[in-house]
Amino acid sequence: MQNEFIINGVYVLSAVMFILGLKLLSHPSTARKGNLTSATGMLLAIVITLIDQNIIGYEWIAVGLVAGAVVGAVVAKRVEFTSMPELVSLLNGIGGLSSLVVSVAMLVTVEVDLSIVMLLLIAILIGSVTFSGSFIAWSKLSGNLSTIIKGRPMVFKGQAFVNMIIIFAILAFGILLAITPSNPHFLHAFLALSVIFGIMLVIPIGGADMPVVISLLNSYSGLAACGAGLALDNNLLIVAGALVGASGIILTSVMCKAMNRSLSNVLFSGFQTVSTQEMKIEGEVKSISSEDAYYVFEAAQSVLIIPGYGMAVAQAQHAMKELQTLLEENGAEVVYGIHPVAGRMPGHMNVLLAEADVPYELLLEMDEVNPRMESYDLAVVIGANDVVNPAAREMKGSPIYGMPVINADLAKNVFVLKRGMASGFAGIDNPLFFKENTRMVFGDAKDTLNSVIRQFSD
Amino acid sequence: MSFIYLSMILILSIFLGFELIRKVPATLHTPLMSGANAVSGITLVGAIVFAGNDNNLWAQVLGTTAVFLAAINVVGGYLVTDRMLSKFKTKEKQNAK
Repeated sequence: MQNEFIINGVYVLSAVMFILGLKLLSHPSTARKGNLTSATGMLLAIVITLIDQNIIGYEWIAVGLVAGAVVGAVVAKRVEFTSMPELVSLLNGIGGLSSLVVSVAMLVTVEVDLSIVMLLLIAILIGSVTFSGSFIAWSKLSGNLSTIIKGRPMVFKGQAFVNMIIIFAILAFGILLAITPSNPHFLHAFLALSVIFGIMLVIPIGGADMPVVISLLNSYSGLAACGAGLALDNNLLIVAGALVGASGIILTSVMCKAMNRSLSNVLFSGFQTVSTQEMKIEGEVKSISSEDAYYVFEAAQSVLIIPGYGMAVAQAQHAMKELQTLLEENGAEVVYGIHPVAGRMPGHMNVLLAEADVPYELLLEMDEVNPRMESYDLAVVIGANDVVNPAAREMKGSPIYGMPVINADLAKNVFVLKRGMASGFAGIDNPLFFKENTRMVFGDAKDTLNSVIRQFSD
Repeated sequence: MSFIYLSMILILSIFLGFELIRKVPATLHTPLMSGANAVSGITLVGAIVFAGNDNNLWAQVLGTTAVFLAAINVVGGYLVTDRMLSKFKTKEKQNAK
């Protein structure tokens, strides 16, 4: 009894430290301290749990802890910054899986009331969906699955119908389990169906919608912990899980707003390619060689860089930073304009540029760069497409009409660094490429930047 | 009664979470997610109790599995978040380097 009192007391302290950690995350200068605070809270919670009276042996705990810590540490040290979206979705999945396993452990080993069984089933369902959904998201991001699934929305006829059947089956087995919680067959069926449901939820979603999915799965991994906490009667699990859940929900809504789409539209519709595009794009595409582009770079007094997923693919962030330094030495002001859904997860571009040593004060949000767009001599679009598409502003009937975009076309000059004329993930033409003040610089973004850098040094 | 009390904690935590996370700038959204991943590894404290139950093999096996998984989340999540945050620098700090 006394132990329980001490444990719960320390849990309160841990919860406070998680909250303080999040609070410190509100500014880049204090964020690292925040992460450390949160980690300390976690360490306290783990250590104090070891005095729990129900624990008889410590060997297995030690084995699990050490093995997990080693795997986690190796992964964290080795992962490339370009693979952050994959890592985050993988960690989401592992989080969901561990909540799932804890809930199953509770269900099969402890005699519990009906209300607890129901909570456990909810936790198992969310945990399974998080696990399998994150695994599919991870496969899509890393391209490990066949090219049919890779990055493309996978939609088939009767998908909604199949999903309905799965939901009913999950409900049916859930009810059966609530009546006879000890039946292993019902549990297996419930688990299998929940896992399949997670897969079905994520396969219809395309690469450009990944920021929404990752945020949502992040939220689920918290909610799964929360559900387990309610069933285990553990306050700390509830508080921590709720914080993670809230974080994921906020990010999800930020991402949805940035795409001007509702969550259900992202989740259930795929990206419908609108065939009735009545808009007419006038003008012609004008390209420029990197040699000629250099003269514009040299003359520019203020330069805005707009990165997108293509910059991550081309690994062009370091070359960009090098060019930024040269431009600054040349007397120009350089800033970056980052769209909320640029890349494959929230904040993807910021992390890549931070790794390339770009100071964070230069990473501006869309709302900060748009009002003064006319004052930039040059806007450089690197591997971004839909997020700078002026059709969102001026072409009613375009599938992305109404989406907030970075108004690159309003800058005095625009360079678009791009491999070819292929359209973006949304599959729509980009009128920006046809504007009078736009020049396309075709080729690999990294090569183009390096070529400009070489001319600066000559 | 206990359930009502736990729900109360849940609801208050969600509101608190909303208020706190709203203030996190967009530039830190990726570290926020990986940090949240680490926090969701809190399941570890639930798993430990099962893994330490020597009287029930199933509890032990499942508990140890969950401890292993959650430990990956906790250690991996915090370390990678720290690695990312260490890269976010201001101009002055960079020049000082």
